Amino acid sequence: MTLDLFEKFNTTIENFNQLPSGELNPFTVVMDKVISPTEAIINGRKTILAGTNNYMGMTYNKQCMDAAIEALNTFGTGTTGSRVLNGTYNGHKKLEASLNDFYGTDHAIVFSTGYQANLGVIATIAGPKDYVVIDADSHASIYDGCAMGNATIVRFTHNDPENLEKRLARIRRKDPEAGILVVIEGVYSMLGDQAPIKELAEASKKHDAFVLVDEAHSIGVFGQTGRGVAQEQGVEHLVDFTIGTFSKSVGTVGGYCVSNHPKFDVLRLVCRPYVFTASLPPSVVASATKALELIKDSNLRVKLLENSMRLNKGLADAGFNMGTTGESPIAAIIIDEQNTAIAYWQMMMQEGVYVNLAVPPATPNGLNLMRCSLSAAHTFEQIDYMLEKFISVGKNLAVL
Amino acid sequence: MTLNTSEIFDQICEIMTPFNIKAISIKTGTTFASDLELDSLAVMDMLAAIEDHFDVTVPLNILPDLETVGQVAEAIKTILDE
Repeated sequence: MTLDLFEKFNTTIENFNQLPSGELNPFTVVMDKVISPTEAIINGRKTILAGTNNYMGMTYNKQCMDAAIEALNTFGTGTTGSRVLNGTYNGHKKLEASLNDFYGTDHAIVFSTGYQANLGVIATIAGPKDYVVIDADSHASIYDGCAMGNATIVRFTHNDPENLEKRLARIRRKDPEAGILVVIEGVYSMLGDQAPIKELAEASKKHDAFVLVDEAHSIGVFGQTGRGVAQEQGVEHLVDFTIGTFSKSVGTVGGYCVSNHPKFDVLRLVCRPYVFTASLPPSVVASATKALELIKDSNLRVKLLENSMRLNKGLADAGFNMGTTGESPIAAIIIDEQNTAIAYWQMMMQEGVYVNLAVPPATPNGLNLMRCSLSAAHTFEQIDYMLEKFISVGKNLAVL
Repeated sequence: MTLNTSEIFDQICEIMTPFNIKAISIKTGTTFASDLELDSLAVMDMLAAIEDHFDVTVPLNILPDLETVGQVAEAIKTILDE
């Protein structure tokens, strides 16, 4: 008898089928109508969006929307081609120039998604004789970039400079000449903790390793001009490659990598996730360019972190077991039992609050989380409403 | 100084104690997935402890080939002999 290729997914299918169907399923949410960066209609109910990574509320910014509409009218709905063939419009070049201006770097490459930026850069610049050393809690796109490339992959304990140093020393002892790329994230998305970039980068430099920082959750949020955690910590000179996304603070979709490496632009020829895919639509490119400009001079990050602190503090004061501290725009409470977490999520939805149900393997240390990502566009009234519902549902489920 | 595979295996069994939640008796054929019920993240954490104990680099690339404790002992032996 021939084997069904899908047999390997049986456990996943069984687990998924145990979840309730329809509107009570946390992984099949449909936004029927979006009202604003912070509100949508889901299952006919007006719902506060507290888990959409829309940190700056840029999705409905009038200037970004106008720029997108103008580009749509001028350049059409899509490029239908690769950046290296017919898919580079003047908007793409302008966006790359804006990124260089934003970061003060020499080179910028725009990818079609943030996932592809990590996949492409990591898989391409680290070859068969090189090493990629990654934080254990890295995002899936970083692990996938490692799996796609041919380098030797080594993992260090999350945010632990000593552990990283030990591993780098071992590599150097065996292989003094090898190229090494150390990959870290500015902010880790599940628990919102920042990387100690200074200590990690100094350990890397001690062993002549290149440093790549993924600022997906920190662009716009940290640093004096919103460049991210490396800017906040004053250590941008120790970072060789910065990767980021347009799908969070920037309010649209797309990814990028910036660098001062003199040969960086060769990636346009050798990086397959850049070459063998269609480029971003002109409207997306135009809104991203406008959003970058706005983010640079904006004080929205002050409001955002105020919002996050208000929710984090409120939850902590109520007595929840917190996964986050409020140092970043993430607020997450830890729920011991997965079934309780699912029920929690469902009851929050019924109360009109959308949060993320985050469970392993997406979370570190096997944690079940009710995860919120705050937005600068949230009002204090909305945050207090979330808080009130978190507490009433928590009491209902005997979590509090 | 040179350890043989059986000595390496014994040391690995000791390192694995915190990961052996069901406290089963570990043999060379004991598998991580079905016998010890460890997911891939737990296996990676365990490998990190093994790396530090033997002071070697165990690349994540060899992870798909490591299904049993005995295979890890053999992999460590190979790395130590290099």
